[in-house]
Amino acid sequence: MSSLHILDFERPVVELESKIHELRRLSDSEDFNIADEVTKLQAKIDKQLKSAYTNLTAWQKTQIARHPDRPHSQDFINGLIDDFMPLAGDRAYAEDHALVGGIGRFRGQSVIAMGQEKGRDMASRMKHNFGMTRPEGYRKAIRLMEMADRFGLPVLTFVDTAGAYPGVGAEERGQAEAIARSIQTCLNLQVPMISTVIGEGGSGGAIAIAAANHVVMLEHAVYSVISPEGCASILWRDGEYNVDAANALKITAQDLQSLKVIDDIVEEPLGGAHRHPTQTIAALGDTIEKSLISLSGLGKTELKAHRREKFSAMGQEGLVG
Amino acid sequence: MNWLTSYVRPKISALVNRKDMPDNLWQKCGSCSQMIYQKELELNLNVCPHCDHHLRMPITARLEMLFDGGEYQCIELPQPAVDPLKFKDKKKYTDRLKEYQAKTSEKDAIKVAHGKIDGRMVVVAAFNFAFMGGSMGMAVGEGILAAAKLAVVQEAPLVTIPASGGARMQEGILSLMQMPRSIIAVDLVREAGLPYIVILTDPTTGGVTASFAMLGDIALAEPGAIIGFAGARVIKETIREELPEGFQRSEYLWDHGMVDMVVPRKQLKKKLGDLLDLLMSKKPKASVLQLADKSEPAELPPITKA
Ligand SMILES: [Zn+2]
Repeated sequence: MSSLHILDFERPVVELESKIHELRRLSDSEDFNIADEVTKLQAKIDKQLKSAYTNLTAWQKTQIARHPDRPHSQDFINGLIDDFMPLAGDRAYAEDHALVGGIGRFRGQSVIAMGQEKGRDMASRMKHNFGMTRPEGYRKAIRLMEMADRFGLPVLTFVDTAGAYPGVGAEERGQAEAIARSIQTCLNLQVPMISTVIGEGGSGGAIAIAAANHVVMLEHAVYSVISPEGCASILWRDGEYNVDAANALKITAQDLQSLKVIDDIVEEPLGGAHRHPTQTIAALGDTIEKSLISLSGLGKTELKAHRREKFSAMGQEGLVG
Repeated sequence: MNWLTSYVRPKISALVNRKDMPDNLWQKCGSCSQMIYQKELELNLNVCPHCDHHLRMPITARLEMLFDGGEYQCIELPQPAVDPLKFKDKKKYTDRLKEYQAKTSEKDAIKVAHGKIDGRMVVVAAFNFAFMGGSMGMAVGEGILAAAKLAVVQEAPLVTIPASGGARMQEGILSLMQMPRSIIAVDLVREAGLPYIVILTDPTTGGVTASFAMLGDIALAEPGAIIGFAGARVIKETIREELPEGFQRSEYLWDHGMVDMVVPRKQLKKKLGDLLDLLMSKKPKASVLQLADKSEPAELPPITKA
């Protein structure tokens, strides 16, 4: 896989991959067998990846979580939701492209699906405001969730944002109120809700659509109250302490599962979701399906009670750590 | 004689006559830069006598100001999990906590008090900005939830008074989880049909604003308070433009439809009492009962068909 975005710890792998590429090119022009050599190189690559990916630091995971080639919300929607119909607008001010959403079928079942979309190239990143939602986006989320509630459709959300957009207009139009109301809407749904942090779970902007019955994280996703950079600059008064801040904040899927903040982790193929998007998307689909089945025994009020019990226990003595 | 002269002044003079008065008898007003005599400032509810600037108010003075006769009871809050992240920056979080506990003689950044306001039982959850900038961690979430449960049991309205820089970073994701948790508290009160009123004070920002603080049935704000989600510095760095005059101040929020009223501190108790009376005593009082006199049923005008 060729990419312009190479993380430091991926460099040895990329070098080996370019060797394979070179061999293939040579074998096209000159007639000799490269199979043995390629197999050897591939084994080396796997070994490299394994060693790099088994001991990732929280900061390295942050970099993977932000990797531009990682599958984004729209990719998960495209891959998992059939007959998807995007729905737009908050009916009050604007359509916020930072939060995409709509209706479709997940493995046969009608659902409402939504998530923050960061965009791919410069043009689409600008269009989607780099996945940083404005109040309109949260109000659209509220509108879609309330509709899901009326029609008994499960809600699936994909979280991938550095945070809610910090702008003058966003503040004037009630960013805080929109987030608060969105969390409140999640908590009161009488349909199953499953949220997955697929990349970056950035603070209030993330929890706005993630107060769900089941919260899932991809293996290398991160979820935090503040970015490691923000935390480092406030508590260490030095942006150089990103690595320490990332460690201290406990932002990895593995840490969050042990803190009982998330319910499930979806393993990513070796080398991360950005190397194998299709497999990753399918794997998450299986987990969501299992989640939906496990929640299918709960009635309307039980689904709400389940969420309420789960989130009101977060911080109680004896239930954490 | 009003409540201010009859109740608050004697309370405050008792306070300032104490022997443990701080040496620092003068404070500089953050707005007009005039020096204010500490005693005068306290008598004036921490409002600058020269320019009416509302300085931050110590939590105990605020509670005394709100409750009838300055009398209230604080409830003991359950002990939440302590530092499950084992957080350490330049300092250990547990050491930081101990420091603030020693400095403020409080366990954490919230106090849950109940007592009478205008003769009516009210539960108040007030933030202590002096405790780690009023940041919201598990203990604060626990406090808000406890306040809501108490309000429901007492069938009393809930009033929250945030004064907070936002989430308690040292509690990582668990501080973020206090956002939904505090909203559950709001919903408990709402489902019980009880009023929930927020008094926004300086500052109310970040995850605190984006949760229980913006969900009041009625939102009051103190003059000039900073209220917002993102910090002004972050916004400035993002948009690379100067921020508008008065941005994120109470009056600016009122202008943009985010709060119901900007209420000067001296009027807070009365406004709060009046609002609660309107919300809780819906029927006219006995003296003006003629409206509902059953002996003379008001005759309905006959329905005329067009
Ligand atoms: Zn002044």
